[in-house]
Amino acid sequence: MARTQVSPAAAGETAAGARTPRSRRRLRKAVELSLLLGPPVVLFVGFVIVPMIFAAWYSLYNWSGFGPLSDFIGGQNYTGVLTGPVFRQALEHNVIIAVLSVVLQLPVSIGLALLLNRRVRGRTFLRLAVFAPFVLSEATTAVMWYELLQPGGPVDAVLKGVGLGGLVHYWLASTSLVLYTVFVVATWKYIGFGIVLLLAGLQGIPPELREAAAIDGATPWQATRAITLPLLAPTIRIWIFLSVIGSLQLFDLVWIMTLGGPANASTTMLTYQYINGVQRTQFGYGATVSVVLFAISLVFALAYQRYALRRDTAGALTRAVM
Amino acid sequence: MTALSARSARPAPRRDVVRERRTWLSVPVSYLVILLVLALTLAPMLYMIVGGFSTTAQLNANPNALPHPWVWGNYATIVTSSIFWQAVSNSVLIAVVATGLAVALGSMAAFALSRYTFRGREAVYLLFVAGLLFPLNTAALPLFLLLQQVGLNDNLLGVALPEAAFSLPVTIVILRPFMRAIPGELEDAAIVDGATRLRFFLRILLPLSRPALITVGILAFVTSWNAYLLPLVVFSSQDHYTLPLAVANFQSTYTQDTARVYAFTAVSMIPALAIFIFAQRKLVGGLVGAIRG
Repeated sequence: MARTQVSPAAAGETAAGARTPRSRRRLRKAVELSLLLGPPVVLFVGFVIVPMIFAAWYSLYNWSGFGPLSDFIGGQNYTGVLTGPVFRQALEHNVIIAVLSVVLQLPVSIGLALLLNRRVRGRTFLRLAVFAPFVLSEATTAVMWYELLQPGGPVDAVLKGVGLGGLVHYWLASTSLVLYTVFVVATWKYIGFGIVLLLAGLQGIPPELREAAAIDGATPWQATRAITLPLLAPTIRIWIFLSVIGSLQLFDLVWIMTLGGPANASTTMLTYQYINGVQRTQFGYGATVSVVLFAISLVFALAYQRYALRRDTAGALTRAVM
Repeated sequence: MTALSARSARPAPRRDVVRERRTWLSVPVSYLVILLVLALTLAPMLYMIVGGFSTTAQLNANPNALPHPWVWGNYATIVTSSIFWQAVSNSVLIAVVATGLAVALGSMAAFALSRYTFRGREAVYLLFVAGLLFPLNTAALPLFLLLQQVGLNDNLLGVALPEAAFSLPVTIVILRPFMRAIPGELEDAAIVDGATRLRFFLRILLPLSRPALITVGILAFVTSWNAYLLPLVVFSSQDHYTLPLAVANFQSTYTQDTARVYAFTAVSMIPALAIFIFAQRKLVGGLVGAIRG
């Protein structure tokens, strides 16, 4: 706080008394802080925290959206949600999408990021192109792929055209396939984001390290495995975090392409909530799904924070806790 | 600082001279992979755009033929329809309010949290950071319950305010390290010259933070522009529909008229892609800054 001694405003007023300038400075700081922090905190608390409290409160009632909250039913909504077979199925689908992302999407993203990090011709354009689907809304993406995947539609016609007609399936109407179709579309939309994150991480790795390894006779693959990937680990951990949180709240793509169907084969926690909370106007029940979803996200975040992000200095969450 | 370092960290061209050996195969294979990725990424979007010039009859006869002849009718009806322009103006209005609020309030908070010391500072920061855990979609129904109580249901502000609030965490997480990295001497000098800290914030810190402000602005704008579930739950009248809602609604209304759906989808991609092409360097640079911290 060296600056407190040079503040000319304060120095000019010191004559008034020994105690006044300090308490005045303090008052001034308090006023400034409340001016600066007041509005954002009010907005954040009002529209992020308060709704959660609302959800927790409504989840204890049987409420259909009209009249006062009077039908208190305790934990009945929670038993309903947690023991309902469809909700479990929905949760399972969210988990499958999250696991597939980490197991399939991540290695592909890393591979493409490594490729794009080399000096290949057209690299800039390529990065731009790969990132483009990320800025489309999920709604537009979903409408687009819904049209492309219609039986006898463009995707099928392309497959037949290249002699892979045997692969043609009811992409969105087959209960065994639909979830994987959704995953592929989600990958199409989000892989560019992952690649850009990973490229950013790669740029933070000094090229000298690889050069030194190459001089020492390491093959490119050895250098990648022993140097690049370990140094990329913090970025990878953040990617996994974002990807899992994103998978848990999947809605738009699924709702527009399949409405969670056929026969709940692609339902997610949020499509379940939309059908059972909003469409059937069982808002108490829907709020319960929100609380459960909050809880799952929180548990995941805390566990992940504890076991995976702990060592990183790069993660925002980590930094906040430290 | 982080966004700047991203740009300066671009590898020097000299680097490849001492680069590790490559097998003769790796170059063609790389290009093959690249072409494949490019095709998979761009073909669906191109397909929508070109398909919009067909008639539905043509598309039904052969989905993969080029339009013959090219017809403008689908695009013409959409660009002259009020549904489209109403949706665009709703989207713009909501996104502008949400972005303005998120950037203004987010930078105020980031300033307080980066350049003041006070008790509970880290707790306030942690409160905001915790918001990263809850994307807007998870809170759509609870927000609907709240908005009903305060009478903001079926109101553009009822969507814009929550979107701004949910954009605050990422805004603050990106801006705080950026503002922190601006040298303290600048602030001392400004204060010696008689400026208050608030004046320093408005006149010196904010202009210096411009690259980061642009990044967080774009992020907030894109988030708002693409939101689907919250407006779906909040808006009951179609007059308030944003572009994502209008696209989905158009598709379910004109199920049989494939070519028209293609055209509407293609047109609705244009604003987002235009913003992206205009701003991609800033956006990517900012993401780099965000993860490097």
